[in-house]
Amino acid sequence: MNAKKTGKKPAPARKRVTAPKRKRAKAAGKAATPVASAAEFIAYAYAMEAEAAERYAEFADSMEVHNNREVAELFRKLARIEQLHADQILEQMGWKQSPAAAVDYRWEGTEGPETADSTELHYLMQPYHALQIALHNEKRARDFFANLAKVTTRAGVRKAALEMHAEEAEHVRLIEAWLKRTPVPDKNWQADPDPPMLSD
Amino acid sequence: MNSPAVAVPLTAQAFKSDYKPIWCPGCGDYSVLSSFTKAFAKLQLRPENIAVVSGIGCSSRIPAYTRCYGFHGVHGRSLAAASGLKLARPDLTVVVASGDGDGYSIGGNHFLHACRRNVDLTYVVMDNHVYGMTKGQPSPTTEPDWDSKLSPGGTGLKTFHPLVIALAAGANFVARAFSGDPNGTADIIARAISAPGFSFVEILSPCVTFRPEQRDWKQQVRPAPVTPTDDAARAARRIMTDDGFNIGVLYQGDRKPYQLPVGNGRKRPSDLEAEFAI
Repeated sequence: MNAKKTGKKPAPARKRVTAPKRKRAKAAGKAATPVASAAEFIAYAYAMEAEAAERYAEFADSMEVHNNREVAELFRKLARIEQLHADQILEQMGWKQSPAAAVDYRWEGTEGPETADSTELHYLMQPYHALQIALHNEKRARDFFANLAKVTTRAGVRKAALEMHAEEAEHVRLIEAWLKRTPVPDKNWQADPDPPMLSD
Repeated sequence: MNSPAVAVPLTAQAFKSDYKPIWCPGCGDYSVLSSFTKAFAKLQLRPENIAVVSGIGCSSRIPAYTRCYGFHGVHGRSLAAASGLKLARPDLTVVVASGDGDGYSIGGNHFLHACRRNVDLTYVVMDNHVYGMTKGQPSPTTEPDWDSKLSPGGTGLKTFHPLVIALAAGANFVARAFSGDPNGTADIIARAISAPGFSFVEILSPCVTFRPEQRDWKQQVRPAPVTPTDDAARAARRIMTDDGFNIGVLYQGDRKPYQLPVGNGRKRPSDLEAEFAI
């Protein structure tokens, strides 16, 4: 992939990793095809929660390996919360296992609306950054269900979507409150006296 | 009398080992690992029937993170080891993991001849246009004007075109994927494994440490706006003229995979040569 072809100027190698850019994933995460039934809608909701849990668990592992224990613990907690939501869906529906195999679901973007962008991590990130990621994802999930409720022609799907929308909106409020209690990082939070890459 | 044991379908998680990856936070290879395990689960394979073979580099750590058989081998030589393994154990599903340095530079010659031989392997290259493990040297796919401390002003060298080279050398299946789309990538890997012969999957997998600008790939990738083709020349023209961000299966041929003769039937060198000819 040649930078000249894309018209993008390559960033200099010495440039430090920047703060997470959440606006980029905004468009991702709609269901690619119209949801045909309430059961299919619930399968989408399950996939969304399960994928979010998996990604947060992956983030927790990564932070743990890089000795950022505080953020690892926070991501672990977020993974547990999302997994709990997924398990609740299974229980409510009386499903024994993931419905993913039964429904060939596809997101309009590359990943589900509650799945954090895998490139948004930094080994020196702080709980505030992790919560910002979570807030962004909860907002996307809320908007996903709002949009679904708006476009669907099926009353059962609309009802379920509005319920999920209300739930995600509550999560947004909870994380906003959590963020208010969390110290805002210093502007030099990325400074590392022994960086992994060569610099002047 | 006991009833026969029924194989329980495995989830993707069942293919992951207990070792936690030590890649940099944000590395695209985490998602590629996830795509590997999702593809294995999708195909309902069993860990004991899969071998993941690799060379050296960040991407080549993958075998340790799966519960399959693994071989973390010599730099650039993963395809040689994998070809031998597949010919000796054709019952195994052999998946080879590599990076743009390991696969296209140190292992470049093996790449050409593995495509030509068409042994039934799936070759997955995680391409981030840089040698990450050794601190950011330019690789064969690095842009010629990429300026860095280790390549001031850029190398000025023409980039390697792995997909076109794979087509020219005879690969039977050629695809491009993006690590930021783990489900889509899992589908492509599953198709590559299912396709007979040598399947090559190039995965754009950002290195957020040395190439932070690669985070923008998420906005640049798109499904290839073309119908699938079994015409290698047509596929090559498309790949040569795209911007490197078209994702999907770009070519699938029907060349018979190379296999060892069955039983005592030994072939003459001229027969083998005929099988290798494209």
